[in-house]
Amino acid sequence: MSTHSLTKAALRAEGLPRRRATNRLMELLAWLAAAVAMGFLVLIVWSVARRGWSELNLDLITKSPASGFLTTGRQGLANAFAGTLVIVLLATLMALPTGILVAVYLNEFAQRAIRDAVSIALDVLNGVPAIVIGIFVYGLFVLGHGPSAFAGSFALAVIMLPLVARSTMEVLALVPGALREASLALGVPRWRTTLSVVLPQTVGGIVTGTTLAVARAAGETAPLLFTSSVGVGTQVHWTPHHPLQSVPVAIFELSESPDPKDHARAWAAALVLLVFILLASLSARWLATRHRSRLGTSR
Amino acid sequence: MSAAGLAPDETRRPLEGRRVRFGDLALQGVAGAAAAAATAVVGLIAWKVIEGAWPSVTTFGFHFVTRIAWNPVVGREVFGAASFLFGTAVTSLVALALAGPLAIAVALFLTELAPRVLRAPVTALVETLAAVPSVVIGLWGIYVLGPILRDHVEPSLHSTLGFLPLFGPPSSSGSSVFTATVVLAMMILPIVASITRELFLGVPRELKEGALALGTTRWEMVRGVMVPYARGGIAAALILGLGRAVGEAIAVTQVIGGGVFIHWNLFDTGDTLASKIAESYQGAATNLEVSSLVYLALILLVFSLLANLSAQWVVRRVARRQGVGLARGRAG
Repeated sequence: MSTHSLTKAALRAEGLPRRRATNRLMELLAWLAAAVAMGFLVLIVWSVARRGWSELNLDLITKSPASGFLTTGRQGLANAFAGTLVIVLLATLMALPTGILVAVYLNEFAQRAIRDAVSIALDVLNGVPAIVIGIFVYGLFVLGHGPSAFAGSFALAVIMLPLVARSTMEVLALVPGALREASLALGVPRWRTTLSVVLPQTVGGIVTGTTLAVARAAGETAPLLFTSSVGVGTQVHWTPHHPLQSVPVAIFELSESPDPKDHARAWAAALVLLVFILLASLSARWLATRHRSRLGTSR
Repeated sequence: MSAAGLAPDETRRPLEGRRVRFGDLALQGVAGAAAAAATAVVGLIAWKVIEGAWPSVTTFGFHFVTRIAWNPVVGREVFGAASFLFGTAVTSLVALALAGPLAIAVALFLTELAPRVLRAPVTALVETLAAVPSVVIGLWGIYVLGPILRDHVEPSLHSTLGFLPLFGPPSSSGSSVFTATVVLAMMILPIVASITRELFLGVPRELKEGALALGTTRWEMVRGVMVPYARGGIAAALILGLGRAVGEAIAVTQVIGGGVFIHWNLFDTGDTLASKIAESYQGAATNLEVSSLVYLALILLVFSLLANLSAQWVVRRVARRQGVGLARGRAG
């Protein structure tokens, strides 16, 4: 920058040194803020890893917690891992087809007004607190039929549905219109065009969205508290019409226990859950960038 | 967008004389039913929650929200939400005050300051923070954050700012409204930061370069161009963050300690609407208590609807003006 016409004094009169100092200070604060935000994640992951590692062994997922007060030997949380597997699998089976169909309807069939209305409903659903969804399913199924893994799955499916629908809509919108037209011009019926030409283009996006939704559902505690936490056995069960223990609820209960041995198991379970969720979200991220670049759009 | 070149109606309706294809009708019917079901779930949630809360609503009426009481003793049952409303307001507003500026600064860092190689990984790390389950954050809050705050942060805040009622005597256990607030701030930080980042990315280059060409410093450009441009969206992001903080149950229950009273001391225990519901999961004494818990959920539901609709309204208005896609945060 040429300053030959501006003397130092003139610069000072404009307050440039002060402005530059303010600028520097603000930049420094933004760097600090980013460091703090990343520090939170590092701190959490590090604490969980350090405290969970020592208790991490195969017994955690193969042995059940002992029932009763006199407990000897190693205990695990096999019942919770089995329960989470069943509950999340069932929830995915409910939310995935429904979410894809909702997205297909909104993107391929619906008129604008309906599309806007249902989009708002999905956003609202996405914003309902998880604990309220738990209370809702409690009123819907648990009163009358008792708690069950199925009720818990339904609650998780309500949480997953807007996530799956939203991510499917995003990729459906990226499928070029020319592809649909080409297929229709060949005389392929609309339903076959949608199912065998349009949808296959979006598989990557749907996998990404589903992975994120599964990661999300696997860590949810609140929707299961009122639906599948009371009356769970200490043994491994696979039957969804009984209440099943789950990993998040087990961590929640163990974290409030007075026994330090329970805390150790809570940390170990938290480590397993955290590793699963972080791997799932990072791989979904990676898939999303790859998929987007393949469809020729970047964000 | 659907078939860009064809008029929508021509692709949607069978042509004159063309036979109606069963497959088309079937797919449209099934997909339409799914969309209708998804919309109906919202109504069903409202209906079930109102139904569950009804005995309590008819017993306590609107006084429920102004009364400080939670007495499940049969025969002398009295329930009120005032202390939980107060706890919810204090924790989520203070959390927003802590996390809001931090999140905007993080977004600025990610869009303006970070060296190109750092941008993608730091963005990924910040957004990964949002994926950590609340029960894990709560566990960490009880055994790591709580003791740190109790031993180091609370005493020094009390001794320097103790004249303010907010910074009373430090807690004895580490469970406090303050711990819950910090936990909430951590949970809403990535949500607000990631939405704000997208807003800042949407600021037109010409505006930013124009300001810099006029001789502003980078900070003056941010304050004078970027923040005003993204103002509406930032407001929406903050509302969504607030909604998330208000609805968070598990992590708050784990660290807030409980109690039915109103006080200004951040370092004492307390309860929020969501945490009161969560901690009662092992059963309530009477049907009226269950119904009162659902009443708390009804208040939460109404708040989350209002927060979401107003944020969506702002976002849609901003998006129409700027063509920015916005990520959404979810209440948990």
